[in-house]
Amino acid sequence: MALLRVRELKRHYDVRLPGGLMGRRAKLKAVDGISFDVEKGKTLGLVGESGCGKSTTAKLVLGLIPANAGSITFDGKPVTASHDAAWRAMRRRMQMIYQDPLGALDRRLPIADQIGEPLVIHEPGLAASYRRERVAELMAAVGLRRDQAGSYPHELSGGQRQRVIIARALALSPDFLVCDEPVSALDVSIQAQVLNLLEDLRAKNGFASLFISHDLKVVRQMSNRVAVMYLGLIVEEGPPEAIFHDPMHPYTRALVSAIPTPARRGRRERIVLQGDPPNPVDKPAGCPFHPRCPSAMDICRTTPPKLIGHGPRRVACHLHDDAPETRLIAAE
Amino acid sequence: MSVASEPLLAIRDLTVEFDQGDHFVQALHGVDIVIERGQSVGIVGESGCGKSITWLAVLGLLGSRARCAGSVKLDGEQILNRPDRELTRIRGSRIAMIFQDPASSLNPVHRIGRQIGEVLMLHRGLTGRAARAEAHRLLDRVGISNALQRLDEYPHELSGGMNQRAMIAMALAGEPDLLIADEPTTALDATIQAQILDLLHELRCENDMGLVLVSHDLGVVADMAERVAVMYCGRVIEESPGDRLFDAPRHPYTRGLMAALPDIDGPKRRLKSIAGTVPPPRHLPPGCAFGPRCAHATPECATHRPDLRPAGAPRHRAACLHTDLIADSLDTGLAVPEAADAEWETA
Repeated sequence: MALLRVRELKRHYDVRLPGGLMGRRAKLKAVDGISFDVEKGKTLGLVGESGCGKSTTAKLVLGLIPANAGSITFDGKPVTASHDAAWRAMRRRMQMIYQDPLGALDRRLPIADQIGEPLVIHEPGLAASYRRERVAELMAAVGLRRDQAGSYPHELSGGQRQRVIIARALALSPDFLVCDEPVSALDVSIQAQVLNLLEDLRAKNGFASLFISHDLKVVRQMSNRVAVMYLGLIVEEGPPEAIFHDPMHPYTRALVSAIPTPARRGRRERIVLQGDPPNPVDKPAGCPFHPRCPSAMDICRTTPPKLIGHGPRRVACHLHDDAPETRLIAAE
Repeated sequence: MSVASEPLLAIRDLTVEFDQGDHFVQALHGVDIVIERGQSVGIVGESGCGKSITWLAVLGLLGSRARCAGSVKLDGEQILNRPDRELTRIRGSRIAMIFQDPASSLNPVHRIGRQIGEVLMLHRGLTGRAARAEAHRLLDRVGISNALQRLDEYPHELSGGMNQRAMIAMALAGEPDLLIADEPTTALDATIQAQILDLLHELRCENDMGLVLVSHDLGVVADMAERVAVMYCGRVIEESPGDRLFDAPRHPYTRGLMAALPDIDGPKRRLKSIAGTVPPPRHLPPGCAFGPRCAHATPECATHRPDLRPAGAPRHRAACLHTDLIADSLDTGLAVPEAADAEWETA
């Protein structure tokens, strides 16, 4: 049984587009029916370009915003967005790490108080001396010095602030951690420190996580499975080596080939997609990717492809509609 | 002295200090960079290393609180600390610059066509129909579809990638000899980044234009630049032809940066982070600025500031006292996973 189970999750927003006196009503389909599992102690990486619904998914999973349809189950119990006692008890076990550490910290509170705050809220009976000890342990675990306990966020560097955020998220020993672009604001050398720290903590504490990033290299480093999102849908999902070394969906192929790395220099075999990612308000009919897809067929313009299993992975593309068994037979 | 023998742009011993009221903080400590005509040079470094300040200083855009010294020669002619009146003739027409965030570099209340027209009038004396036709051609050239209609749109009506294309069109409007692109794709999505990098590459080849690509992303620089300079704490600490730098980096910091970068190909390995953090510019350590974070540091490194010196190949220089030692000890093992990391081949 998966720790987190998401089925046909949808989140639509009502928006008004320019046109007419009051504007024209439209639906922005931020997340449009996604399903995935996160196993205990494993990491699911979520990649995609801006506006594809990664962050909305994170908020939905934690019950921070209500879903329009679909279900989220955490450890067998449904996650709702009604912030009652049951939800709070569940949120103890599900924590979040944010992209912008300065924005997620209170500027007027010493960092030790912020790291200890979840304990104050969720374990009010805890003795202050024990809490201080626990905060000191957490700070040591994330590589902050003891004498920094009284520092304020502005006195720390970006990497240190992110360590504070991680320590705070781990204060209640959560089973599940949502990391929304946790290293995007950090420099390369600091990014490596934080990624290694997260990996070590995961090995030690055994939490599962949803790891969101636009950087495929970082996601590959951190994930056991990867889901690629495009316009509110998962287009391909599977083990990172399969997804990044042998992508099946044309969008994943373009995304993977677009990553510049020192090892790939000089080999200009990038698939450059035409056009911009379309607006989630005017989602094209059929496959959402077909207007930019180099191998679009007639069926792609009319029928949305289903996410179909191909060995260890799932792909939503009409190119791979036939199940792998039948393809093998055809090839023979 | 013929102009042709001079490099397009030669920066020598450039220093920049900022007036903080009661004291000066030094941001650049003597930067040397030479750019030949039509060459692409990548500048890499982490935030605060001075990679952007260098180019703002070259164009005289740092404002009155900055004190610049050294020499910046464009075609052999000194341009550092020249009066604004003279620099305006260089900015945009000889050296153009594009920035990270196109939306905040474009004027939100003017149409795209008018903003390009302004450059055309200033540097090429084009007005009216001629300017509009040229603006149309430029927008078309940078790959904006429906260019005629876009001329009359405002920046908020265009996507981030389109705005960056419009910025590039504006930069090209003055027909510059050198384009400085400061993190041109950092704010853009991966597939759009690929489009913009391809465009910059094409335009450089087409117009025989020099290109300076400032980026924190080693991958982007590796992809685009013939020469690469790595900066740390206001100095160039290594420079070399691009291939040589990425195959055989000699400075421990460059090696550290590359080992810290996750890769998409090859076996998964544990990242090697660089210990510590970049020192604040007010409290630089004596001697080598990277010394306190360096695994190869010796007592000598704390007292001697190394200058750029030859590093085992033509046109490859590194500012490290121990380049020979590092070459011998590390040549084999940069991207090879250690045995202890075998467990990282995860299920």
